[in-house]
Amino acid sequence: MSHLANLTLRIWRQSGPADDGRFEDYSIAEISEEASFLELLDILNERLIGEGKDAIVFDHDCREGICGSCSLMIDGQAHGPQLGTATCQLHMRKFESGVTITVEPWRASAFPVIKDLMVDRAPLDRIVEAGGFITAETGGAPDANLILVPKPVAEAAMDAAECIGCGACVAACPNGAANLFTGAKLTHLNVLPQGQAERLGRTEAMVEKMEEYFGSCTNHGECEAACPKSISIDVIAVMNADYLKAKFKNRRLLART
Amino acid sequence: MSIDTAVDTGLGTPGSLKLDAKVPDGPLAEKWDTFKENEKLVNPANKRKFKIIVVGTGLAGASAAATLAELGYQVEAFTFHDSPRRAHSIAAQGGINAAKNYKGDGDSIHRLFYDTIKGGDFRSREANVHRLAQLSVDIIDQMVAQGVPFAREYGGLLDNRSFGGAQVSRTFYARGQTGQQLLLGAYQQLARQVGLGNVKLWTRVEMLDVVVIDGRCAGIVTRDLLTGEIVSHAGHAVVLATGGYGNAFFLSTNAMACNTSAIWRAHRKGAYFANPCYTQIHPTCIPQSDDFQSKLTLMSESLRNDGRVWVPLNADEARPAHEIPEHERDYILERLYPSYGNLAPRDIASRAAKRAVDSGHGVGPLKNGVYLDFSEAIGRLGREVVRERYGNLFEMYERITSENPYGTPMRIYPASHYTMGGLWVDYELMTTIPGLYCAGEANFSDHGANRLGASALMQGLADGYFVLPYTISNYLAEWLNKPIPGTDHEEFRRTELAAGDRFRRFLSIGGTRSPDYFHRELGKIIWDYCGMERTAEGLEKAQSEIPALYDEFSKDLRVTGDGESVNQTLEKAGRVEDFFELGMLMCRDALDREESCGGHFRVEHQSEDGEARRDDENFAHVAAWEWTGDPGKPIRNVEPLTYEVVHLQTRSYK
Amino acid sequence: MAQMLSRGPVSGTAAGPRRKRKWFLLDLYSTAVGKKYVMAITGIIGIGFVVFHMVGNLKMYLGLINHDGERVYDVDVYGEFLRDLLVPILPRTYFLWIMRLVLIGAVILHVHAAYTLTILNRRARPVKYQSARDYQVANFASRTMRWTGIIVLLFLFWHLADFTWGWFNPDYARGEVYRNVDASLSRVPVSVLYIVANIALGIHLFHGTWSLFQSMGWNNPRFNEWRRGLAAGLATIIVVGNVSFPIAVLAGIIEHPAV
Ligand SMILES: Cc1cc2nc3c(=O)[nH]c(=O)nc-3n(C[C@H](O)[C@H](O)[C@H](O)COP(=O)(O)OP(=O)(O)OC[C@H]3O[C@@H](n4cnc5c(N)ncnc54)[C@H](O)[C@@H]3O)c2cc1C
Ligand code: HEM
Ligand code: HEM
Ligand code: SF4
Ligand code: F3S
Ligand code: FES
Repeated sequence: MSHLANLTLRIWRQSGPADDGRFEDYSIAEISEEASFLELLDILNERLIGEGKDAIVFDHDCREGICGSCSLMIDGQAHGPQLGTATCQLHMRKFESGVTITVEPWRASAFPVIKDLMVDRAPLDRIVEAGGFITAETGGAPDANLILVPKPVAEAAMDAAECIGCGACVAACPNGAANLFTGAKLTHLNVLPQGQAERLGRTEAMVEKMEEYFGSCTNHGECEAACPKSISIDVIAVMNADYLKAKFKNRRLLART
Repeated sequence: MSIDTAVDTGLGTPGSLKLDAKVPDGPLAEKWDTFKENEKLVNPANKRKFKIIVVGTGLAGASAAATLAELGYQVEAFTFHDSPRRAHSIAAQGGINAAKNYKGDGDSIHRLFYDTIKGGDFRSREANVHRLAQLSVDIIDQMVAQGVPFAREYGGLLDNRSFGGAQVSRTFYARGQTGQQLLLGAYQQLARQVGLGNVKLWTRVEMLDVVVIDGRCAGIVTRDLLTGEIVSHAGHAVVLATGGYGNAFFLSTNAMACNTSAIWRAHRKGAYFANPCYTQIHPTCIPQSDDFQSKLTLMSESLRNDGRVWVPLNADEARPAHEIPEHERDYILERLYPSYGNLAPRDIASRAAKRAVDSGHGVGPLKNGVYLDFSEAIGRLGREVVRERYGNLFEMYERITSENPYGTPMRIYPASHYTMGGLWVDYELMTTIPGLYCAGEANFSDHGANRLGASALMQGLADGYFVLPYTISNYLAEWLNKPIPGTDHEEFRRTELAAGDRFRRFLSIGGTRSPDYFHRELGKIIWDYCGMERTAEGLEKAQSEIPALYDEFSKDLRVTGDGESVNQTLEKAGRVEDFFELGMLMCRDALDREESCGGHFRVEHQSEDGEARRDDENFAHVAAWEWTGDPGKPIRNVEPLTYEVVHLQTRSYK
Repeated sequence: MAQMLSRGPVSGTAAGPRRKRKWFLLDLYSTAVGKKYVMAITGIIGIGFVVFHMVGNLKMYLGLINHDGERVYDVDVYGEFLRDLLVPILPRTYFLWIMRLVLIGAVILHVHAAYTLTILNRRARPVKYQSARDYQVANFASRTMRWTGIIVLLFLFWHLADFTWGWFNPDYARGEVYRNVDASLSRVPVSVLYIVANIALGIHLFHGTWSLFQSMGWNNPRFNEWRRGLAAGLATIIVVGNVSFPIAVLAGIIEHPAV
């Protein structure tokens, strides 16, 4: 099993939201290529605890690229260099010996740093609370097969629904915009037959909630490149189209769409 | 090794409590309806007078919190994640079962019921399992209405796939992310209630303890993970939906944060812990690649539909897989179980793999896996079809191992995956502490000694959507307009203090080793003695090794940082300590259960050809453990399992 | 770099009083997505004008022609033709003025939207990244929209002062387009300004033309892959066409006897 030798980790340390924070360098003598990036941090933390120092705080949980907990700006890229891969799925074999790896928390006014590399991504939940659902209270549902969903539609919905809510799109966007996240959520629900009843109201509510927290989209496309699920910016266009409809369309005729 | 001796919870002296499952009378198929007809209700106007605390916002917790709020109760939901969206349910891949019989292949509520009982090796409660099968149908309807993008046929109807342990296609799925899509559905429904103001959602807040006053659950004590602040919350009823304890083994397919603390703390306050030794080992996981590895990754069971499991005949084989000729390969599952072959149930397939590796036939750099070979399938179906079926899984495998499964066979090995054991609950999902409910993987559930694939999501959602909302009113009705103790009650104060002291203790030990170190060591012990194969003498060893390690833990633990800001090391310390006590109980339970059934395999109890041998005479019962204050001396209560409909028989997959 | 963080339960986040809505167009414009529509639409008007304008100017290469029996410059005739548009339905130059007003309005809206969105985006990341970013797809054009835009804007002022109001041009003669162009662009610094400004415009449009499809919600697998090509093509045509004029003047291809 091959190893990487003498890496330097430049990691952002910040004791709390009020602190200014700074980079600190840590040298790693040797690390296996098989290690995941987060395991590298685990090992470093073990060492720090051994030295009586505070462990580096970072969000993580499933380590399978599905829960959306892990974040990290690695060498200027959200989720690091590997395309369509969350930080927890990034392995050391993607790096070379002797390099310096810079790790920073995600930065956006909506994502205040909690400590070290951990940020607060709650505004993404606020957007969902504003309308990212289909109102179907428990009990009243008709038989599942009464609602026909053409396969391509189900696929399109699923493509968007894969979003893991990690916020990398916001972190990567030069404007700190959450349009990819919101677009993904909206596309998931707005293309499905079940989602039509609330389609326009949902779009209006979510977009306007989004704008309370985040920047605007000027179509850089950086978010798509950073997205661990490679969600296409097409969802942003879908969102924009529905938003215009929300302003113009006569909602009493919604059932005709 | 106990820290504080049992506080008097007003539940009376240990062993005094009679286990009553409260299963309604009448024929099996009508029990649930009978219950619903006779239960006490709370009228809509009165519902808002009740406050229900829901701990955990995974499938079980989120669906319960959302539904209870829709009904009009005041709900407060707690999660230590930053969003309900993160719960471990998100990781479920394969799918969810339902007796819809959309494929017209002869599926029915009874068949799903029977498969689940049989899959559980006849160690689960008939009435619960039957209710689960009945409700499975409503779950799919509800989730589709929520907008869950299940896979579809070209005509627009729902698609199904088949899964281990069943002869019908009844598994609904959304690509390889069924759990994610279901959780998002439940989460969005919860988010709606939060937005409307019907649910108070506490994120990054960990439950530390439940508070029992006058024999009734009065509320919980929590710690804010960001500020360290410890506060109490009082309510009329508390629901624990805090997931499984598979991380007791340290290495498992569970998410890093999964832990036993919530249910363990409840256990210490008087909730019985049922069948802790029933843990499930999943055969198809990516083998450990290094000893610093933190977590194992599951490869969906569906791979065994086309993959062939084999190991080299020659123990010290050095050649790469493709250079090993056919006649020097041992296709273990096909040899041992001709009829089911590579599709033998999880527990059986897992043991076969373990034996191969133990006997030195393991493959890979650490010789710690077996091959799962697709070359035959690729030859038969062609690369394209294989890519269609397993493309995303192959990618995930390659991302992690940098090996390409189209060329070289996958390496797999069993890993801890699911825990059938959990808090004992009656038919109404109430624990032995009145007013304290338990749902989802956290309760001892409907899976007996072994869970079938695609049935945990089903159970979590059934509990949360369709069971709790009915059963809880049956308890609450009695408390209408009766005052309940508030958080100023001295029992709350006492619990808060104890919790605070506990964390201060961790910070003050000032030893040399991190919580992770102890978790890893503990996990090794539990895996070796209480893993896939268990022996009396191994379990005896564990009984002495775990307390010894715990001693070290309490002397040599080092937690850096403080208790007033985020401190993941400190959080971990508390969870590891609880795993110690749970580990003791797991081994004890495994030791006392002198039989082999499902996930619990005692070497002493096997047939000539190495199959599990049950002992229905003496062990057709649930072991519900009672806390005495000394983890070494728990009390074993039993709930006999009586079967009205199914007849016990030996599982055979030959 | 300090940022705030509040604790406690969340509830009722969507229950507050519905924000009161203005008249639907203002309501639309009051949101970022709405402003992007305005940018895109005004952008399209801009593109339309620039293309139209360039084509018109190309007439300069036709030099002198016979018109009502006299030898005149084709562009001048064309300029005249613009002023006479829709006569007699409207009096002379009225329609031209309508078009001018539309253009002025478009530029004002476009710039206002650009300005407010820029402020919004600055606020969205008060604490910048402390290490170098490594952009994957965000290109030079997309990241310099504001600057190329401003250059175009400044150019516009000079340009109008030069050709429409004739401030900086000693021998400016109203209506004699051909002559004015020669007079003005034969001054090297002016030509350079024109070249720079038009390249800036080209860059602006390279992103803008692609981007407006997204902003307008025009997204369809059938034409998505053409968007880049279209943007590149349009930008090139505009740049080549417009830059050719100053060069032609300096090279003496466009030559007015009176200058
Ligand atoms: C890799 C993998 C694949 C799987 N695939 C399938 C499958 O294909 N089909 C299937 O049916 N099942 C599958 N399962 C099993 C299934 O996913 C789980 O059993 C089920 O999702 C558990 O849901 P839950 O709601 O009970 O718990 P969880 O989803 O684990 O939720 C636990 C919740 O409790 C909270 N919590 C825990 N402790 C505390 C505390 N002390 N204080 C506050 N909050 C707390 C957590 O924040 C979380 O919100 C799989 C499991 C794994 C590991
Ligand atoms: C008059 C000539 C101009 C034309 C033809 C033009 C054209 C365009 C177009 C087509 C877009 C894309 C709109 C969209 O993506 O929604 C755009 C965007 C933009 N324009 Fe202009 N513009 C012009 C002048 C200006 C000026 C004077 C500014 C002043 C600052 C400016 C600033 C911007 C900005 C900031 C954007 C945002 C980038 C984006 O939305 O993608 N433009 N412009
Ligand atoms: C090298 C390229 C260009 C040349 C040679 C040129 C030339 C001219 C001339 C001669 C006029 C006066 C027409 C008349 O008075 O009848 C004019 C007007 C004008 N030009 Fe240009 N132009 C060029 C590029 C541009 C560009 C890039 C823009 C916009 C971004 C622009 C915007 C205008 C406007 C707004 C007017 C005023 C139109 C009117 O009076 O109605 N021009 N241009
Ligand atoms: S869209 Fe992609 S990047 Fe953005 S939150 Fe979802 S998964 Fe993360
Ligand atoms: S990077 Fe930002 S600008 Fe738009 S396309 Fe993505 S959100
Ligand atoms: S840890 Fe769950 S996505 Fe990375």
